[in-house]
Amino acid sequence: MLITGNCAAAPFVPADPKEVLERLPEAPGDLAAQELRQMRRELGRDPQNLELALRVARRYIGRSRAEADPRYLGYAQASLAPWWDAASPASVLVLRATIRQSLHDFSGALADLSLALESQPHNPQAWLTRATIQQVRGEFAEALRSCRPLERLAGELVATACSAGAASMKGQADESYARLREALARERPVTPGVRLWVLTGLAEMAQRLGRSDLAEAHFKEALALAEPDAYLKAAYGDFLLDEGRHREVLALLKDDVRADGLLLRLTLAERAVQAPAAREHADALKARFAASRIRGDSLHRREEARFTLYVLNQPHEALRLARENWNVHREPWDARIYLEAALAAGNPGAARPVLEWLRENRVQDVKLAGLAGQAAR
Amino acid sequence: MLRWIAALAMALAPLPAAAHKPSDSYLALRVEGATVHVQWDIALRDLEYAIGIDTNEDGVITWGELQARHDAISAYALARLNISAGGRPCSSSAVEHQVERHSDGAYAVLRFAAVCPEKPGTLEAAYALFFDLDPLHRGLARLESGGETRSLIFSPAQPRQRLALAERSPLRQFLDFAREGVWHIWIGFDHVMFLLSLLLPAVLTRQGGRWVALSGFKPALWKTCVIVTAFTLAHSLTLSLAALEVLALPTRWVESAIAVSVMVAALNNVYPVLERRLWMIAFLFGLIHGFGFASVLKDLGLPRESLLLALVSFNLGVEAGQLAIVTALMPVAFALRESWFYRRLTLAAGSLVIVALAGVWFVERAFELRVLS
Repeated sequence: MLITGNCAAAPFVPADPKEVLERLPEAPGDLAAQELRQMRRELGRDPQNLELALRVARRYIGRSRAEADPRYLGYAQASLAPWWDAASPASVLVLRATIRQSLHDFSGALADLSLALESQPHNPQAWLTRATIQQVRGEFAEALRSCRPLERLAGELVATACSAGAASMKGQADESYARLREALARERPVTPGVRLWVLTGLAEMAQRLGRSDLAEAHFKEALALAEPDAYLKAAYGDFLLDEGRHREVLALLKDDVRADGLLLRLTLAERAVQAPAAREHADALKARFAASRIRGDSLHRREEARFTLYVLNQPHEALRLARENWNVHREPWDARIYLEAALAAGNPGAARPVLEWLRENRVQDVKLAGLAGQAAR
Repeated sequence: MLRWIAALAMALAPLPAAAHKPSDSYLALRVEGATVHVQWDIALRDLEYAIGIDTNEDGVITWGELQARHDAISAYALARLNISAGGRPCSSSAVEHQVERHSDGAYAVLRFAAVCPEKPGTLEAAYALFFDLDPLHRGLARLESGGETRSLIFSPAQPRQRLALAERSPLRQFLDFAREGVWHIWIGFDHVMFLLSLLLPAVLTRQGGRWVALSGFKPALWKTCVIVTAFTLAHSLTLSLAALEVLALPTRWVESAIAVSVMVAALNNVYPVLERRLWMIAFLFGLIHGFGFASVLKDLGLPRESLLLALVSFNLGVEAGQLAIVTALMPVAFALRESWFYRRLTLAAGSLVIVALAGVWFVERAFELRVLS
């Protein structure tokens, strides 16, 4: 029953050989994908080629970022197989940390980074990844320390973007936002990847400050840069949901039914406008969360808590998931779903850890402040 | 430095904010005698990555393209799954190919039988599909044997599993399903409420538009027995029909109708329409409660070979649980039947509370809303 719970229908034999069964994520004209296939074949012939393996792994990690698809993380790990379990060189350790971070093995990732930084203290990637993980865990003071070497190693903009994120959660929201904005205006040239990252950060900071107009402008600029990655789409989707602009969410995410997090936002918007696809998408999400539980994964607790609260309308279960999620993941959205679930469950007292966290860090976030006000009442 | 900056873009924000379902295959194994029946669902995307199916490289996999690769798929997959019994390999029969749609896309379905040299006491399975290409891949397996179902996960860290196929004795099965039945009536608030609403007035009788206490215990016991028997007969009937897949009703419909049944039964205590033939309500709505029991029984995973045993023992468990509730309730109700407390507070007000509660259930179930949480 557990396994078949994932199956929508019974096995069948299609009647028409022309029947389309699956659309692959790589479009036929995708040159980058073709090149990557070529590199992978080359690596297959020469699996001990570290330089090539690192290139392949980086490309796959990049793809997993863009599409939020864990398969690419697996492909990246496979290309690093000869060094994965052995005493790895620092370059492999940094990638292993990135993959582990993506799978929410934060302590494993931090251990890899410490090891990598012992032999390569000037590796900016290692410092930045470390700061990112610390920030995700809500360890803002540690994150700020990890950002500091980046001034020398990666330049002002990257260092500012790194520290502004953490500082904005530590009672310096306005200053951090202004500082990052100025740094972006000053820096020339900026690679599209870094610009995208900085603009997304600015948009999120503006949103926390209650400046929807600024947030909107940053999001729009970021979206116009290139094919947006899944993180940006999710963040902009959340922004639109908060603004009640559900139709725009439908337009933004209509083709993103593969990524669970994006499908969740699409489903929330569809429910708000009572679109006919809402039910089918909700069922698909339910099946995927169930499947990931069979696997023993707990990667999706934040998303699952949100789904459980707003689609299944089960606030007690949502609160349980939000609390579990809070133990490992402490970003504004983690605080928010925890507070929302606690309020919906009629148990605002359960959100005390979040309230304390908000107070201790002097987090400035209009949405969280509103919720915290309700919970403290 | 520039090289680093180019690489930087990838470590930035945390990834899994929007993760996909990872790569899984679904393996269903059913042991019958010396044969293991296998159904193996493998994602087309993964097969494409491993051996290539999209022959014309148009980004789309058609049934024709899949058919053309069936032999290659069988060869690739079967080389990565070894089933043996007591150390001796079981040989695979020809593969029947189908397609299935899972929540994350289309899967190739491989059906075959692995014939073992003897009826296996222990089964060994070694799984290696895709582990070399995607170490995050998992094989999610379900093994059915001797009336028992187990779930297992194959991973690179645990690619082999040894499974002792000790048969679960019929007595063990009987007790397991009976316990589930008792448990379900115990936590099945709606069933209890329904029965309670019907039984509360069983110690009374209507005379001239008012409730009057029954004088003796015997008539009260008789009324109770008739109601409980009618309910039991009705739900046993539909439980059996649904479990044997003779009849099926949509769950949402059944659950909503159960809520209505509780409302009707409780309302009848406040505004009696049916005064004497309460067993008719018990029978009529008991038919619907049976469908509710059946969906629970199905969720438990019905063993094919011992369907009847499971059905009977689950039902007996339900009856036992029900009997325990009635036995506890009846003497108390009988003792209190003449008091103001019983007639006003328990029967009248209590029934109204039940009506309200069941009304909320109905709204929740029929419209998939959450009112009470």
